[in-house]
Amino acid sequence: MHRIIAPCLAGVLALGTAAGQAQTSLTVGEALEPPGLDPTVAAASAIRRVTYSNLFEGLVRIVENGDIVPGLAESWTVSDDALTYTFKLRNGVKFHDGAAFDCSVVKFSYERAVAPESTNAQKGLFAPIASTECPDPLTAVVTLNRPSSTFLFGMAWGDAVMVHPDSAATNKTNPVGTGPFRFTRWVQGDRVEMEKNPDYWGTPAGVDKVTIKFIQDPSAAAAAVLAGDIDVFAEFQAPELLNRFRDDQNLHVEVGTTAGKVVMSLNNARAPFSDPRFRQALTHAIDRNVVIEAISSGHGVPVGSHYTPVDPGYIDLTGTYPYDPEKARALLAEAGIAPGTSFTMTLPPPAYSRRGGEVIAAMLAEVGLNVNLVPIEFPQWLEQVFTNADYEATIIGHTEARDLDIYARDKYYFNYDSPEYKALYKAYTEATDEAERLDLIGQLQTKLAQDAPNVFLYALPKIGVWNAKLEGLWKNLPLPANDLTQVRWTN
Amino acid sequence: MAAYVSGRILSLVLTTLAASVVVFLLMQLLPGDPAAVMLGVNAQPETLAALRRQMGLDEPLLTRYLSWIGGFAVGDFGTSYTYSVPIAELLGPRVMVSLPLALMAMAISVGVALPVGVYAAANRGRAGDTASMGIAQVAVAVPNFWLGLLLILLFALELRWFPASGFAGWENGLWPGIRSLILPALALGLPLAAILARVTRSAVIEALGEDFVRTARAKGLSRRATLWLHATPNALIPVITIIGLQFSFLMAGTIIIENVFNLPGVGRLVFQSIAQRDLITVQSLVTLLAASVIVVNFLVDLAYGWLDPRLSTGGAR
Repeated sequence: MHRIIAPCLAGVLALGTAAGQAQTSLTVGEALEPPGLDPTVAAASAIRRVTYSNLFEGLVRIVENGDIVPGLAESWTVSDDALTYTFKLRNGVKFHDGAAFDCSVVKFSYERAVAPESTNAQKGLFAPIASTECPDPLTAVVTLNRPSSTFLFGMAWGDAVMVHPDSAATNKTNPVGTGPFRFTRWVQGDRVEMEKNPDYWGTPAGVDKVTIKFIQDPSAAAAAVLAGDIDVFAEFQAPELLNRFRDDQNLHVEVGTTAGKVVMSLNNARAPFSDPRFRQALTHAIDRNVVIEAISSGHGVPVGSHYTPVDPGYIDLTGTYPYDPEKARALLAEAGIAPGTSFTMTLPPPAYSRRGGEVIAAMLAEVGLNVNLVPIEFPQWLEQVFTNADYEATIIGHTEARDLDIYARDKYYFNYDSPEYKALYKAYTEATDEAERLDLIGQLQTKLAQDAPNVFLYALPKIGVWNAKLEGLWKNLPLPANDLTQVRWTN
Repeated sequence: MAAYVSGRILSLVLTTLAASVVVFLLMQLLPGDPAAVMLGVNAQPETLAALRRQMGLDEPLLTRYLSWIGGFAVGDFGTSYTYSVPIAELLGPRVMVSLPLALMAMAISVGVALPVGVYAAANRGRAGDTASMGIAQVAVAVPNFWLGLLLILLFALELRWFPASGFAGWENGLWPGIRSLILPALALGLPLAAILARVTRSAVIEALGEDFVRTARAKGLSRRATLWLHATPNALIPVITIIGLQFSFLMAGTIIIENVFNLPGVGRLVFQSIAQRDLITVQSLVTLLAASVIVVNFLVDLAYGWLDPRLSTGGAR
């Protein structure tokens, strides 16, 4: 019996495969399903990985090398006092439902983000905006209440995309943007489908149809990639499975860097973390390369500050307090920390945290510190560690790009409080000259590296695997996104 | 019989209601604020407050319970925090994955276990019995997620007979849908079949020792006819009990298997909703699952009454 069934099955399957492989469609794998498809009302980076540049666009956007380039604004000028940004908008841009894009949409989008009932997760990006005015439909004049050298970068984030007044309320389930793809369907729990936007204002998309499938389990994801069910997995979650892909000639593996930083955050308000010598000792005691090897099979770049190689003005500061257990012991003795002193490290679920915690605890044991590892769920981490700062140490990935500002905040969960850093950061945001800004970015990084408020571990790698016949995918990831606008099949 | 059934239905409703209270209170104890989970680490306090107001999280506990359970009673399970669509709408397509999966797993379990169990009982002590029960013993010990991974390796990656993961969708036809459920159904069903086969074997062996079997043989019925017409039907009560228990177990098993095979079913929705603190979805789903287990137990009770009428009339005969 099975002898008859097997060839029949094989025949049916072969047919299915031939039809599915028509080279104008693309199946993309993502680990996490987004909670809604509106990037302007929730923080999850999964939303950006579906929508950024694909469905929604802002006045400006970020490209792979981190540069800010024109989006729906074809150009802009900045006044000499750096307080007025005048955007010249593209003519003839239409939303996917046919609604026209003009300055009224810009005004609506920015005012919606700062309104009292706004639930924009990055409301702070819009804080410098004093007003948005429309002298004519294709000119938007944004006036700031203070100079802000990071304003334009903020407006390139997924949180600052243009949404139309008629569709804004329903974008969560039926996103209507201006991008080269338009949304067709979301089968919750399984996939999002989109198709090429025939009326796109710019370079049309290279594929006709995109299906984004959500596969959380790394083994299931690897199986789907190896079986050819998935053409692209732009951010693959299990580096230890990469060798299976490398052995497969049909697959291309690309390891790059993201703007995300894995940091061992310390509660600077609590003893002994309030003592800089103790924090320096922790940095000296941790061998970043071994940590990276243990967490992600060696993928990831060590960093010495809260900044990564994909960010402009990056400097390598890993030598500030290099791996040196001897030095660590000496500093601990100097700070009066008795051998055997213990503290608690709270670990949210990602592998960098759970696995990293174990490796780091072993390294700290070498210099005489006992670490109690406490695994917790992410919502619990948000409440206990992030909101209430009720913790001693934790390991977490800060995925927001170029977020040096968090160290200048009055109240943030690691309780770093440095008037010098705040002054430097203020100077940086007010700087109008590019050279001066880069210099200040360097000073900010150096100040953090020296103060060691946290132990800076490494930049999260972007591990991509895709069909070797595809081109146009990003190697590095300067902000959370999965830009599919340039992707095409090469044959 | 009518009084028996209506009494059972009343207790069914009360049990579900009690389960809903427990589930609702547990959700309140779960650490983590759903609004904070949605807005992440850069959210400002007033943004959080605005979202909590929109989600109705600032209302008192009792108000929230009553409005939820009131809607639940009329089939309005609320709106998912994360997806912003009615939970009933989310649930429909999920049930269309999980229910066929559970039924297929059940069919595999019963379809394999009954013949094997009866065969082993009839050949008690011989090589066939020893071999099949030996295999069953191993299969009982195999975790279903691991069996799932093995099945993927062999049938999806090596032989390429079935997709490695995911669900083709019923809209693409019956066969693609069933095809994507075969491996997960095997992974779920085979370990259950092993347990069921062992139970069937011992129940049939016990029945074979009863007086009525000797009577049947004495009046000239063949060994085979005695086995299938007399011994097996009388061995069904413990088998049905285990099938009922296995159905509840399948509900939990699908959570794991749906993750291994990446199937968009109810189990994965529960898992995801817990991780994202989509509390309203979790409490509605868990209450529904509890209700479905209660209903299955009810059906099993009815089946007892049908198999053995003495049970529903309080033994009066």
